[in-house]
Amino acid sequence: MLLALFADIHANRQAFAACLEAARTRGAERFVLLGDFVGYGGDPEWVVDTVMGLVEQGAVAVRGNHDQAVGTPSESMNAAAQAAIDWTRSRLSAAQKQFLADLPWMHEEDDRLYVHSEASNPQRWRYVQSATDAARSMISTPAQITFCGHIHQPALYSMSVTARMTSFVPTSGIPVQLLKGRQWLAVSGSVGQPRDSNPAACFLTFDTKSREITYCRVAYDVEAAAKRIRDAGLPLWLADRLSKGR
Amino acid sequence: MARSLIEPGAVLDGFTIGECVHHGGMATLWSVTHPDIAGPLLMKIPRVAEGEDPAAIVSFEMEQMILPRLQGPHVPAWFATGDFVRQAYVVIERIPGQTLYKRLPDLPLAYEEVRVLGGKIATALADLHRQNVVHHDIKPSSIMFRENGEAVLIDYGLSQHNHLPDLLQEEFRVPFGTAPYMAPERLNGVRDDPRSDLFSLGVLLYFFTTGVRPFGESETMSGMRRRLWRDPHPPRWLKGDYPPWLQEIVLRCLEIEPRNRYPTASQLAFDLGHPDLVKLTARSERLKRDPLTAVWRRRFNQGMAIPKPKSDMAAQLASSPIVAVALDTAEGSDEMNAALRRSAERVLAILPSARLACVNVLKLGRLTIDRTLDEQGHNKHVDRLVALKHWAQPLKLDENRLTVHVLEAIDPAAAILEFADVNQVDHIIIGARQRSGMFGRLGSVSSKVAFEAPCTVTVVRPPRLAGRPALEDRDMPPIF
Repeated sequence: MLLALFADIHANRQAFAACLEAARTRGAERFVLLGDFVGYGGDPEWVVDTVMGLVEQGAVAVRGNHDQAVGTPSESMNAAAQAAIDWTRSRLSAAQKQFLADLPWMHEEDDRLYVHSEASNPQRWRYVQSATDAARSMISTPAQITFCGHIHQPALYSMSVTARMTSFVPTSGIPVQLLKGRQWLAVSGSVGQPRDSNPAACFLTFDTKSREITYCRVAYDVEAAAKRIRDAGLPLWLADRLSKGR
Repeated sequence: MARSLIEPGAVLDGFTIGECVHHGGMATLWSVTHPDIAGPLLMKIPRVAEGEDPAAIVSFEMEQMILPRLQGPHVPAWFATGDFVRQAYVVIERIPGQTLYKRLPDLPLAYEEVRVLGGKIATALADLHRQNVVHHDIKPSSIMFRENGEAVLIDYGLSQHNHLPDLLQEEFRVPFGTAPYMAPERLNGVRDDPRSDLFSLGVLLYFFTTGVRPFGESETMSGMRRRLWRDPHPPRWLKGDYPPWLQEIVLRCLEIEPRNRYPTASQLAFDLGHPDLVKLTARSERLKRDPLTAVWRRRFNQGMAIPKPKSDMAAQLASSPIVAVALDTAEGSDEMNAALRRSAERVLAILPSARLACVNVLKLGRLTIDRTLDEQGHNKHVDRLVALKHWAQPLKLDENRLTVHVLEAIDPAAAILEFADVNQVDHIIIGARQRSGMFGRLGSVSSKVAFEAPCTVTVVRPPRLAGRPALEDRDMPPIF
């Protein structure tokens, strides 16, 4: 079965729509939504509705820190993120807010774990920035493969049976077989706000039979997404950064 | 791990196990057969029992990832993989014959034989590098030959694939590999530079022509580290009759800094294929190693180098192409030759590691007996070479970036295509058909080359001039 996994959509309708279409074209049969559906972007209603629709059809969704901040304001957010969340809160319906509030921290199926930040303590929203961070997450779960997002930069870590780590920046479009002999942690790039200097939207596919993961990049209408942010009166930097992928 | 799964007569995933053909430190090799696969096969089983070297597991995982991605005549074909959960194995094509290791008692070999062997290995390496893989264990026992003479590179347990995680990156505190052949940058942890393989091939060429390993056989870290600052004795110090062109090639491969070696295996293969065209530098005549001042400077500058970002192998290879420009010195007009020069200049200006081969075809008659001398008694071949050099002169290229070739052939297009194929040319620049109808009735050379070439072809036309028919109309292939 071909899974498609989406992290950090951040209310970017144009990017999410482009990724969904690309995933369906590639034959994706199951969708996994790795959190941070809202925040930063100008289309939270459409994005949350779309996610709710996918979940109704059997998709898995987990909670991100921005999703949580809608119901439980966070003190650790920067000013721009805070402004976007305050605006988002005013846009969402009660049912949409309830959906976000009910999202699980993690979801496990077969030998895979889905979580927004990392597995050792999902409530702390720690970033996986190094092999050490990845190792902390991996030793806290029996799952052979952990899929996460949160940092908006694609990375792929592995740990051997002798606890040696490898880290790797994946090449988009090139499948990598996740060998059974080791544990893996796949950090997805962001759908709606990439920060690896490549403005194209990022999502993952994973073939459960061949165990091949592919980091996919999709061009989308960045200008339209930026305009939605400006029209909403959100901080201009949130619009400008989309075209830079930073 | 149940050992009983692998024994003669047992069947695993449809493969019938035959005899054990090799017991290595990292793996055992078994001859196997499969009803649906023709030809002899090998099953490679890693040694993973308690107390075995954990390196065996990791390098086996690396082979499991890399082998299924490789293709072409220079690698063993891959058929199946089994994982560690039940029984780890890979099944690959069994290449008949022996590895180059069997030739060690015959060393040193004749220069010409090593030149030909080296060219085949460099060609195989070029193919591997184009598949984004650095082999990292080039040595006689990793090299075999098909019946048609093509080199096959085996053993990918230490290899690095530019598009796959490098499982060996943090596995070992010391660089892992075969000490006498290991490139100096490997000792500093660099694993993504294809020029490391050119260094190893240089060691092999040196060893096979002199019978002496350039860096000895030391396997201690301090012994291996010496090559970061100490250059080997020039082959001519060992053998007075060592050809300068061969010393030039070997010492360029053995340069300590990767950027001073050949930029690509294709360019190395090109020089091995054309020893008479190798640009000789001071390297070719040296009888002594570098003076101690240079050695000490290198030694104390260790660690001063700025760490480099992850390399993009494909981009590096693409920046060092072999460009062939096909020139018609006899029939070609001045304006066409100028247009060709401008096209070549543009490519060379943006790619400082590119090299240019100027090719001219001396057309032989189908029926007449050709003579080397023309009516005035000039040597036609030499005249053409002079004309090619004259054409290239305004490009002001370093001599090691330029070669000139006169091919004698009945069919010019076929000759250019064969040249491109044999020399792994990446880009052909050729003029569109000229008005003067030498090939008029036979179809255009450029259209045949553009249609059949194994690489990019740029068909050049001089600037349009008012009142003349568009060249496009004149260059249509004939319809019969």
